[in-house]
Amino acid sequence: MKFGVVVFPGSNCDDDTVFALQHNLGQEVVKLWHKDHDLQGCDFVILPGGFSYGDYLRTGAIARFSPLMNEVIEHANRGGYVMGICNGFQILVEAGLLPGVLLRNLSQKYVCKNIHLLPQSKAASLTSSLESRAYTIPIAHGDGRYFTDADGLKKLNDNDQVLFRYCDADGNISDEANPNGSLDSIAGIANAGFNVFGMMPHPERASDEALGNADGRIILEQLVGVLV
Amino acid sequence: MQFAADINIMPIKEILDPQGKAVKLGLHNLGIDQVDDVRIGKHITIRLEAADAEAAEEKVKIACEKLLANLIMEEFSFEVHPVQ
Repeated sequence: MKFGVVVFPGSNCDDDTVFALQHNLGQEVVKLWHKDHDLQGCDFVILPGGFSYGDYLRTGAIARFSPLMNEVIEHANRGGYVMGICNGFQILVEAGLLPGVLLRNLSQKYVCKNIHLLPQSKAASLTSSLESRAYTIPIAHGDGRYFTDADGLKKLNDNDQVLFRYCDADGNISDEANPNGSLDSIAGIANAGFNVFGMMPHPERASDEALGNADGRIILEQLVGVLV
Repeated sequence: MQFAADINIMPIKEILDPQGKAVKLGLHNLGIDQVDDVRIGKHITIRLEAADAEAAEEKVKIACEKLLANLIMEEFSFEVHPVQ
């Protein structure tokens, strides 16, 4: 199995993601330059966090038209695995690989802190074998308020496509535990085919004991489990 | 022929606009308390070459739909006029 981390101008979590996959999970990882047209045989493509193209116009809107995105979209449409973390999630919704959109945080502020996530979907390989408890994972975003229309939300819930919801330390989902005003406390979703994942929180920033929190590593290990 | 397009992009009504809400509060603090709704969007001007106004409008429409606006959260309107 081979992971590819796409580097856009303004990506800043690409090295963290490579480190987590390579060093913490012992996987084969390559960086993929956004101007190329070659996924280099990667089975699992990750769009990392950052501020691609300076977040100009809308987050992810310009990166969505980077040359390599043609191959990423083809890969996803063939059933290949793609995951977007934070800015990567924003790029995936702009590309139409995931439904909905990520709006400015309700607080109008950039929020950088540890939050808690409750795994939801039993249908998605990324979350199906996680325990039903609060996982502590950092977020760092200004535009993380997930939104979709009423029909879209119903589909996500009916198809069990919600990967994570924000919760408190005890696993209770509430408005108080929702850091950005996200619809239905949604922190991450999968597509209908369960091969494309997007989440705002950063598991790669919590994947090494040296960081004092390895909850993210447990989530990333699911990625490896997906393909085995 | 060169055309200029004035494009307005606004958040759709179904979506809460926290920026507009914050500015409304600011206007109230300024003493303009008659204000009951503020919504904030973007204004984009572009210049482009096209055979005629109709062709220019067609290009601007594609630009809005594919890149300049995200129709899940925004709506757009524009006017195209020839540049002398």
